[in-house]
Amino acid sequence: MKQHDIQLDHDGKLRHFLTIEGLKKQMLLDILDNAENFSSVGNQQVKKVPLLRGKTIANLFFEASTRTRTTFELAAKRLSADVLNININTSATSKGESLLDMLHNLEAMQVDMFVVRHHSSGAAHFIAQHVAPHISVINAGDGSHAHPTQAMLDMFTIRRHKQDFTKLTVAIIGDIMHSRVARSQIHALNTLGVPEIRVIGPQTIIPNEAAHLGVHVYHDMHQGLQNVDVVIMLRLQRERMAGALLPSEHEYFHMFGLTEEKLKLAKADAIVMHPGPINRGVEIESSVADGSQSVILEQVTHGISVRMAVMSMALGRSSLVDQERSQS
Amino acid sequence: MTERPETEDLNTPALLDKLSSDLRNLLQSRNIENPLMIGIHSGGAWIAKELHHKLNIQQPLGTLNISFYRDDFTRIGMHPQVEPSNLPFDVNDQHIVLVDDVLHTGRTIRAALNEIFDYGRPASVILAVLVERDCRELPISADVAATSIELKQNQHIKLNRNEDNHHLLTLSIEEGK
Repeated sequence: MKQHDIQLDHDGKLRHFLTIEGLKKQMLLDILDNAENFSSVGNQQVKKVPLLRGKTIANLFFEASTRTRTTFELAAKRLSADVLNININTSATSKGESLLDMLHNLEAMQVDMFVVRHHSSGAAHFIAQHVAPHISVINAGDGSHAHPTQAMLDMFTIRRHKQDFTKLTVAIIGDIMHSRVARSQIHALNTLGVPEIRVIGPQTIIPNEAAHLGVHVYHDMHQGLQNVDVVIMLRLQRERMAGALLPSEHEYFHMFGLTEEKLKLAKADAIVMHPGPINRGVEIESSVADGSQSVILEQVTHGISVRMAVMSMALGRSSLVDQERSQS
Repeated sequence: MTERPETEDLNTPALLDKLSSDLRNLLQSRNIENPLMIGIHSGGAWIAKELHHKLNIQQPLGTLNISFYRDDFTRIGMHPQVEPSNLPFDVNDQHIVLVDDVLHTGRTIRAALNEIFDYGRPASVILAVLVERDCRELPISADVAATSIELKQNQHIKLNRNEDNHHLLTLSIEEGK
């Protein structure tokens, strides 16, 4: 319970965005609605709004990322915030204490928000528990726990194409066990009222507790893809191969790779999504990734609007205003 | 100044007619033949829709949601709305008619101008409002206004849309803080 509360301020407004879990449906809809408004900024000649002028946002990426880091950076810049990209040598901050020291130093530089990606589950929570009251923390992916902005940009993309969540069948295919993306997606889909969520993958990489998350488990693409509205492919994390959880790439593609042939089992107007980076010929056939049903690049564009929405909500709280007033 | 009743219905169709004919005259006097029209969400958008129709403007109607350009974001924060700005044309070198319901402090117009200029550099901007009231806080004035009203500091005008008939609008004056 405490974990959920930390995300909200005393007015129930979003303060930190760490996980989808525990957030109310209305909060998710607010994020989607705000993102919808921000999407028009991309059409402007000057792709910028002055909302977060004077705010400073620090990107703390303890784990490599291109798409997520750059779209967070672009989102912050389109809101007119100043952005610090901190390159972190993971070995130097492997001790909790030095991490906190670094945070306190950044706080002393009057940073207003931390965007955190970390290989350890719970890292963003840990940071959120230790920052000064006016600072917000956004989780940009922690271990195999959560990647809430990715899930919300996926929900945004789904809503753009399918409008009504309550009539959809969504299939998530791949390494569910190690995927923070899948975990956040499942929470978001459940909260938004999607009636049927399927996960498809080899037995070795679907967690036993999957059924508790309200999903239907399939180990066969031909069954799992029948009549699906949304097909979400996950990246096959090659590093998992070493652990003997998976057969060869070739065999994986044969069984669980999305080909044009298999996609025909889904509804004719089904959309194909992938959080990227894609492994062509491993989890998805090139012609599908580039095909007419693919919305993979749209997801990237929507990532900017969704991150703008979350950042401006967290930094535009009225409780924050009260704090500033009491300080001045 | 005499006490006004709490609500007062103005003859909105007549005001719209006056606004549209005054605007037509102004555009003619400035030799502007194909203006672009932009309504400020939400009250201005309804009026712009009427004017757009009355003046038979060929280009599609644009709408602005100025919430990302407000000067009081740090005071009031984010309020989710589902009306993104939509300017379905290139504003560069075009004559623009910016439409709002009530001109009061001028802050909304300041925000709208900033937003328009982030879409490009128009040739000119004309401000048309249904009602201009007193208490301006910025050096902004309307080029065309169907009527002017003087109110007490604590009185506010609200433009209501009659749900039965899109063309009937009610202007109410509310005692505010």
